[in-house]
Amino acid sequence: MAWFSKKPRIAVVPEPATEPPQPSRMQGLWAKCETCDEIIYRQELEKNWMVCPHCEHHHAWPARARLGALLDADSFEEFDKELEPQDPLGFSDSKKYKDRLKSSRKNLGENDAFISGVGRIDGHQVSVGCFVFEFMGGSMGSVVGEKVARVFERAHELKCPALVFSASGGARMQEGIFSLMQMAKTSAAIARFRTGNKPYVSVLLNPTTGGVAASFSWLGDVILAEPKALIGFAGPRVIEQTIRQKLPEGFQRSEFLLEHGMLDAIVHRKDMRAKLAQLLGLVG
Amino acid sequence: MATGTGYALDFERPLIELEKKIDELKALSTSGSVDFSSEISKLEKKAKKLQTEIFSDLSRWQVVQLARHSARPFFLDYVQHLFTDYFELSGDRRFGEDTSLIGGFARFDGKPVMVLGHQKGRTTKENMSRNFGMPRPEGYRKALRLMELAERFEKPIFTFVDTMGAYPGIGAEERGQAEAIAVNLEVMSRLKVPIISTVLGEGGSGGALAIGVGNRVLMMQNSIYSVISPEGCASILFRDASKASKAADALKLTAKDLLEMKVIDEVIQEPAGGAHRDPPKAAEALGKALRKHLGQLSGMSPDELVRDRYNKFRAFGVFSGR
Repeated sequence: MAWFSKKPRIAVVPEPATEPPQPSRMQGLWAKCETCDEIIYRQELEKNWMVCPHCEHHHAWPARARLGALLDADSFEEFDKELEPQDPLGFSDSKKYKDRLKSSRKNLGENDAFISGVGRIDGHQVSVGCFVFEFMGGSMGSVVGEKVARVFERAHELKCPALVFSASGGARMQEGIFSLMQMAKTSAAIARFRTGNKPYVSVLLNPTTGGVAASFSWLGDVILAEPKALIGFAGPRVIEQTIRQKLPEGFQRSEFLLEHGMLDAIVHRKDMRAKLAQLLGLVG
Repeated sequence: MATGTGYALDFERPLIELEKKIDELKALSTSGSVDFSSEISKLEKKAKKLQTEIFSDLSRWQVVQLARHSARPFFLDYVQHLFTDYFELSGDRRFGEDTSLIGGFARFDGKPVMVLGHQKGRTTKENMSRNFGMPRPEGYRKALRLMELAERFEKPIFTFVDTMGAYPGIGAEERGQAEAIAVNLEVMSRLKVPIISTVLGEGGSGGALAIGVGNRVLMMQNSIYSVISPEGCASILFRDASKASKAADALKLTAKDLLEMKVIDEVIQEPAGGAHRDPPKAAEALGKALRKHLGQLSGMSPDELVRDRYNKFRAFGVFSGR
């Protein structure tokens, strides 16, 4: 047994982003597929929703592009854009949290790791939110938690379905206990939303782990996932270190979770809009 | 004044050695003809002073170590001191029984209540059977079942948090560890009975919060509550697990910190030197606090209780903008 050598560390916070798109591969005119190594003309990749035309690998897809492609044209109205993170702990490691925020903000033009608002899918109104994974690993601090809670409050008020696309390593450790409490806050908001009769559709993207998986992301009335997304509570490295075994092939991937009854369906990116429209038509 | 297991933390050791000396002198005094009483009283004074010196200004890392002390009273120790008629209920009715998160009906001041909490083991053997106090999904689902029972029978719920975190294992993931925690968070937020949650030792991230959504959240003086363990934080952010004490400072994870940040409602003072030095006294202080908070909550209607808990958790977060 491995009990004696090292205490496992339990994290609902992101490990260092395990598989962000590699900038060198994904920038410029040409891109190299992360899975099959094929060289793809970048415009072609973008037209193909960032899915590799050779091997179907779903590359990271920026939140605004995703919302733009999935929602009816010009239907998205953004809310809560002005919410900005603070530094309640005065947190600093190798870099100050404030500086990390500043550089993410500068690079991405977003205030934090979540975009939310109201839009339409095939005419159906939805209160929608989407993680910006590139912003500190999509980690959830106070701003993300607040925006998520408001997605459900807005849906409740407007009497429309809620739709959230999750891609996050988990809670943001730089905001300490406040990050942890966002798990309870967002889940409580869902409890209230559920006193109404509109559905919450949760779409899990690569990766969805830690405190985000263990709160609102897994509370969908219907839970969908993109193919081969990494989804789970503990990160694979933490599990490996705890049990001192190699993890089975495909562990914690969408297909594995579907097989274990933890998801409703795996939906290819090219079918996502149609599937969401179908679902909203049935229970929206 | 012995700690029970003989296990002592580095910073406790000088005190414990001094106490051993006092005990030896006392033994000699009673068995022999020589009178050591003046030496004994001198040493006792010294011990008291030393204790104050050591414990008046603990570093966060020292508090972490106390929170994890193997001689510290655990959930069942407090149950024994504070509740009567404990009737343990087992199993999640879905997959199995998890002995790292346990609970059942009991009486508090003679009145029926539900109690549940993480249970660590003191010895290696106990810890193996308790999975080191790290629940699998079954534990969380059993906790949910028990809390819903309490709601049906209109009994208040006391939860006691003491875990490194939810267990990170293959089976736990297969059976939906994240889902189990998430469902608890949602359901706890809308239960129509009073819930009082107390962190006894370690409050390790989501695995702790999953039974921690209370109308009142209390912490023992030398307990911690954090989004990630200091070791985990250190290895991720400082790339060095040995910088855990630095990470503990950065995370601000002690009871005192959380009270200052208004995340918890009360810090329960432990006996001098920590709860493990005098468990009955620690239990007495906890009992007093539980009684007070239950008294405040028992005047509220079911809807008021839900609103109170919702508003409490809805308000957490620090950001700018509206």
